[in-house]
Amino acid sequence: MIEFSDVHVRLGLRDVLCGVTLSLAERRVGVIGANGSGKSTLARLINGLALPTSGSVTVLGRDTRRHGARIRRDVGFVFTDPDAQIVMPTVAEDVAFSLRRKGLRPEEVERRVGAVLAENGLSEHADHPAHQLSGGQKQLLALCSVLVLEPRVLVMDEPTTLLDLRHSRQFAGVLRGLPHQVVVVTHDLTLLEDFDRVVVLDGGRVVADDEPGAAIGHYRKLMA
Amino acid sequence: MSGLTGAYVPGRSPLHRLGAGAKLLALALACTALVLLGSPIALGGAAVVVVLLYAVSGVGWAAGWAQVRPVRWFAVALFAVQALSAGLPVAVTSTLRMVLAVALAGLVTLTTRTAAMMACLERCLAPARFVGLDPFRLSLMLSLTVRSVPVVSRLATQVREAQRARGVEWSVRAFAVPLLISVLRHADTLGEALRTRGVDD
Repeated sequence: MIEFSDVHVRLGLRDVLCGVTLSLAERRVGVIGANGSGKSTLARLINGLALPTSGSVTVLGRDTRRHGARIRRDVGFVFTDPDAQIVMPTVAEDVAFSLRRKGLRPEEVERRVGAVLAENGLSEHADHPAHQLSGGQKQLLALCSVLVLEPRVLVMDEPTTLLDLRHSRQFAGVLRGLPHQVVVVTHDLTLLEDFDRVVVLDGGRVVADDEPGAAIGHYRKLMA
Repeated sequence: MSGLTGAYVPGRSPLHRLGAGAKLLALALACTALVLLGSPIALGGAAVVVVLLYAVSGVGWAAGWAQVRPVRWFAVALFAVQALSAGLPVAVTSTLRMVLAVALAGLVTLTTRTAAMMACLERCLAPARFVGLDPFRLSLMLSLTVRSVPVVSRLATQVREAQRARGVEWSVRAFAVPLLISVLRHADTLGEALRTRGVDD
């Protein structure tokens, strides 16, 4: 469960979010809105990468202001640009990097890395340089590096923006099969068609909060 | 560029099985020996050894060439300058020394996973804790440096293409400013990505 309680975020002179109150318990939640509407800030608030200027954000019963580090263990985050989150030169090493400070035995690390790569179709690339993967494969690698930590919630900030149609569909397929609670910020409206709930932001405020059909309809009118 | 980007080539050769620490120590000793070898004949012998090591490693000649390729023009310039200023034997020994050292360092990269290299470095840097430095952070810095080479190269290509599209390909400012901004933006996101993966928490 993710709860936003009268959240305001001010960056410099700009009010990015103004009085957002939301309770997100659904398994698939989409967040849409124009550029600058506060979508990415909303996503970053969930794992404490950004903190509210006033109000509070609670994730799985913990306040992000006081328990940021603990929350980040439960909330995985996938960024728009996979290149910005790949740390190690090869695929398997990058996934294993997430487990470095878990104190696991090397065999256990290898087992977990192998399992997550196999589940996401990257096994044959395990020893390949990460920078030589295609955009879609890099985004899958970024997802694997998060999934290997077994988070309870996944937050994704425009994960398909840099992907072509085929890779975007492949990523959507992987997303559909995940058992986690997933919050996706996106401009890709087709990605949200089978989601449970879609929140529309405009000027830092929630202007629609409904099932995908109605919320996307509202968004289209807003953008007309 | 593979040597700079940590292109580990999987394999089961004796060189692959050797520990990262042993390989780094052997590399240091070999480079010292290259400095001490004075004659072109002795360095020719060293070149044969390096070729044999590549053959034993099974990484392939293309991977070997990729290690030396980035320094080829520097080698040519070094040879020319040395030949003109100090004579042919000195030019041959200096150039061979440099090329062989690069080839050996590349061989270590090709047969060692970066994670193993980082673990070794962390062990070596363990005493740094006593002066308040975190060995994990130091080894992470090395890994990020290696990882950043292809990223910065990609950003530079994008900026250069944008420059060409605007017809300002010779402007240093038009190249440096957007590249610097892109690199700083990348560094910001990378920092956040590290936080989300438990570094710094």
